[in-house]
Amino acid sequence: MRDFSYFRAASTEEASRATLDAGAMLLAGGTTLLDLAKCGVTEPDTLVDITHLAGLGDMTVDANGATIGALAKMGEVADHPGVKAAFPAVAQSLSLAASAQLRNMATIGGNLLQRTRCSYFREPGVFPACNKRNPGSGCSAIGGVTRNHAVLGTSRACIAVNPGDLAVALVAFDAYVEMGRRRVAIEDFYMLPGETPDWETVLKKGEIITGIAIPASPAAKNSTYLKVRDRQSYEFAAASAAVGIEFEADGKTVRDIRVALGGVATRPWRARAVEQSLIGTVLNVEAVEKASRLSVEGAVSHGGNRYKIELAPRVVARAILTMGGLA
Amino acid sequence: MTIMETRKHGDAADGMVGGRFSRLDGKLKTTGGATYALEQPVKNLVHAVLVQSTIAAGRVVAVDAGKAKAAPGVLSVFTPEDDLGLLVASDWFGNRPDNQPFHPLPREVSFNGQAIAAVVAETLEQATEAAKLVKVSYEETQPVTGLDDPNAGEGRLVDMLSVGWGDAEAAYAAADIRIEAEYRTPREYHVPIEPHGLTVKWEGDFLTVWEPSQWTHGMARTYAEWFNIPADNVRIVSPFIGGGFGSKAMGYTYSAVAAAAARKLGRPVKLAVTRPQTFTAYGGRAATRQTIRIGATKDGVLQAIVHRGASETSVLADFPEQTGAATPLLYAVPNLSTQHRLVPVNTVTPGALRAPGKNPSAFGLESAIEELSYAIGMDPLELRLRNYADHDYQSGKPWSTRQLREALTVGAEVFGWSKRSHEPRSMRDGRQLVGWGIGCGTFPVLKAASEALIRILGDGSVEVVSGAIDMGQGTYTILAQTAAEVLGVPAEQVDVKLGDSSLPGATVAGGSMLAGAITGAVHKAATAARDELIGLALNDSNSPFRDTGANTLVIADGRISVPRGEGPSLTLAELMSAIGRDRIETQRNTLPEGANGPEDHKRSWTTMANIEGPTAGDLSMHSWCAHFVEVKVDEDFGTVRVSRVVSAFDCGRIYNPKLAESQWRGGIIMGIGQALLEEGLIDERFGRVINNNMGDYLVPTNADIPHIQVISVGIPDHDASVLGGKGVGEVGIVGVAPAIANAVFHATGKRVRDLPITLEKLI
Repeated sequence: MRDFSYFRAASTEEASRATLDAGAMLLAGGTTLLDLAKCGVTEPDTLVDITHLAGLGDMTVDANGATIGALAKMGEVADHPGVKAAFPAVAQSLSLAASAQLRNMATIGGNLLQRTRCSYFREPGVFPACNKRNPGSGCSAIGGVTRNHAVLGTSRACIAVNPGDLAVALVAFDAYVEMGRRRVAIEDFYMLPGETPDWETVLKKGEIITGIAIPASPAAKNSTYLKVRDRQSYEFAAASAAVGIEFEADGKTVRDIRVALGGVATRPWRARAVEQSLIGTVLNVEAVEKASRLSVEGAVSHGGNRYKIELAPRVVARAILTMGGLA
Repeated sequence: MTIMETRKHGDAADGMVGGRFSRLDGKLKTTGGATYALEQPVKNLVHAVLVQSTIAAGRVVAVDAGKAKAAPGVLSVFTPEDDLGLLVASDWFGNRPDNQPFHPLPREVSFNGQAIAAVVAETLEQATEAAKLVKVSYEETQPVTGLDDPNAGEGRLVDMLSVGWGDAEAAYAAADIRIEAEYRTPREYHVPIEPHGLTVKWEGDFLTVWEPSQWTHGMARTYAEWFNIPADNVRIVSPFIGGGFGSKAMGYTYSAVAAAAARKLGRPVKLAVTRPQTFTAYGGRAATRQTIRIGATKDGVLQAIVHRGASETSVLADFPEQTGAATPLLYAVPNLSTQHRLVPVNTVTPGALRAPGKNPSAFGLESAIEELSYAIGMDPLELRLRNYADHDYQSGKPWSTRQLREALTVGAEVFGWSKRSHEPRSMRDGRQLVGWGIGCGTFPVLKAASEALIRILGDGSVEVVSGAIDMGQGTYTILAQTAAEVLGVPAEQVDVKLGDSSLPGATVAGGSMLAGAITGAVHKAATAARDELIGLALNDSNSPFRDTGANTLVIADGRISVPRGEGPSLTLAELMSAIGRDRIETQRNTLPEGANGPEDHKRSWTTMANIEGPTAGDLSMHSWCAHFVEVKVDEDFGTVRVSRVVSAFDCGRIYNPKLAESQWRGGIIMGIGQALLEEGLIDERFGRVINNNMGDYLVPTNADIPHIQVISVGIPDHDASVLGGKGVGEVGIVGVAPAIANAVFHATGKRVRDLPITLEKLI
């Protein structure tokens, strides 16, 4: 039996101090923690329980945007009328994720830190080589079954896909991750694997995600999250897109457009080249399809995931055309 | 003395045979009141956890169990070094080598994920953690990882599976229209909601095993032979099973390990196979490939079918997934040849998974038939009806009953098939392409003897007792209905006890044959009980019927009375009280009189040697079905969603339409998973299935399942079974995958010949 200690933190500060210890991990919804502990990927010595901390689950949505506490449940945020009105893509990304049972348990802070679904990462007893788990040990996925691996942002050290949906929508709308005294743009929160795939975010030891802030914008208000997968429910995305568009007063010229991709990259993937090529234009099917292909610039296939390079631009295009009234 | 007319299905709303009666065990299961094998409360229990190999082929050189043994709570670590003292048990047909040792934790590794060690500790957590500390060193050899491995070869021809008549090659070569294509199915898994495992307890030389079992008597024999103890010393207890689908009909190596550990340690042992371990602790459906050539005239009359199939098996044992099983049966064809090869690879030995053989066979044939329909420009329904088989061409025998024509025509009518336009890509719903497809299915009627005990108790209640099992298909319920009908009591008054090898013998719940077998035994035993009760009522000196002059009596609605006359009318309890009996007990089996001794019983209840195939008599007996499927395809994304299913079935007389429909729907849902989602992903470098969990091995969710309309077009078939039913459990999955593949072709113009039809195959 693997013993671990349990510590119920009295405050965020206390939790922060407790997680300075090597082997300490936060316990919030516990859905990923329990899963990874069963796989043998996560073996905490101490669980620092923050589930009861006051204020960390609060949500407010006003004209400036939304602030969502780290302990808010995925399901609560998905169903929040203010979020649904001002950030439809965010609400949809959550309601299309996981299962109802998981959404009722899992927290927003934990969701941002969910780990990859890479099969080689998840079976340490069978595949000792994994740079994410064990830096320098190699990557078992490269050369293996890669149907659900990343085509964007990969390195020779790691091709694991970031599985999130919420983070994709947040990246599209320039959200911030709040970590007590510090906040960072969510796009800067996630790191490319490079040679250090074990470093997934800029979160430092002892830092705790306290919430997220999403600035209001016309593009966020007019947004959608499109998730494509073989199974209708309870499956990670083969490819997904968060898209929001603000039109000029003429109702057709694009003033602002946000595009981010999920299910295809090692981190939530903002597709600025697509955005730039469409700003100032009037959308038409051909132009959107052409622009959407820019979303996979630089994509690299590893065999089984080749289809994602074809699929992702189609998902992006459909989402843009939907918001542009053309699909 | 008493004659019972069986009723046609659906006309008994009272819960008698044919009645639409809810599952008697349903409430127990949905409220958590049913105790499953791994929940069995046993005192002084310890826990075993398996260690599986991480290479696909080679040899265990050494097992370093030092750290594991030193870990808290650990009692023992079993490795290939330990002789567990077991003997090889019989195969399914009762054949057994003499005194051959059985090593369930072998030194030779023949597949990735093979059990090679087990850790036993006081708690599950201790055993789980210690199992991670077991260090195994191997001497690896090059594995053969699947059918496509360059070293796999074309396999070995299985002669007994070769079927042929006429000159298929010549007729094919001479045919006006010829099509040829290869179809493939991947490894598929049962993934029942209740994972596998067992709780075992020894008391001296007596062994009790709580283990989900599709065959309590067969498995009891296996344990007895492993441990070289009398068969009566083993008791398998399995009252509730959370789904089996073919995977719970035998003891596996981990079962032997748990029982051996319990004997060595002198403590009861629980061994729960983890979900990832279930992918290699026993075999799923083998991967298959088959090439089908069909020759036909320009107007669609079949001239020849040439079928060449292969399935993988393990290097340890042969399990052919018979790709030619349905090929000879569905259509009238004057020339046919099928052959099947077995290709040994480094996998766990494959096993029976819902409609073994028939399922991949129908995927090939029913896809090929629609390919032919496009080659000649004929509606696929018309093509099927044009080539309707009026008898069994393989055996030359007449069908007992075959309502497949009715299934096709009624199904088509309800589905609205006549509104279909034949051209691919010609039907749309907004952006989505719409496709319609048909797939026919068949499953043989297998017959076996079984035994049952009926008790009429002093309070007028009735007990039905048998070692047969209920894995969700409804055995409890239909046996209550069977006894209730014969004994004239409400079904609620009947208590059914099942799932225990110490109870009267029953055949395996497999091959869709248990319902037919065990209702026959219950019917016979209940009839005997009824006769005995009426005999006592007429003759017992204290019976109020003694002086009525009646020569028989009627039991209905729980009361016994004189037929059509004035006279006493008593409840069964009143009669039992009057005649001073606290029970009437009759035990009957359906073995023939000349072959009804102890050896016959053993052979019938614990082996499959006495099972009769579909053409054992003068007739050819099978269940049949026709599926009509609508899919919607988003062509940009390659995503397929099944939007409508209408399926018509000929399973003979239906004992309980509600439960039969539920089984059919379950088979169809499983077929949707097979068609669109399910595939063991094998890493060819290691021969390992890497999506060995339910997050990555996808089965359909509720959101994937549309309205499924099922229709019975069957008629009672008393050649197939005593009560007139044919097999229900497996035929439902047969033909679903080709119906979907055909619908996808109709929608998109793309023919996908390798399952599952995932999105990358369509974009």
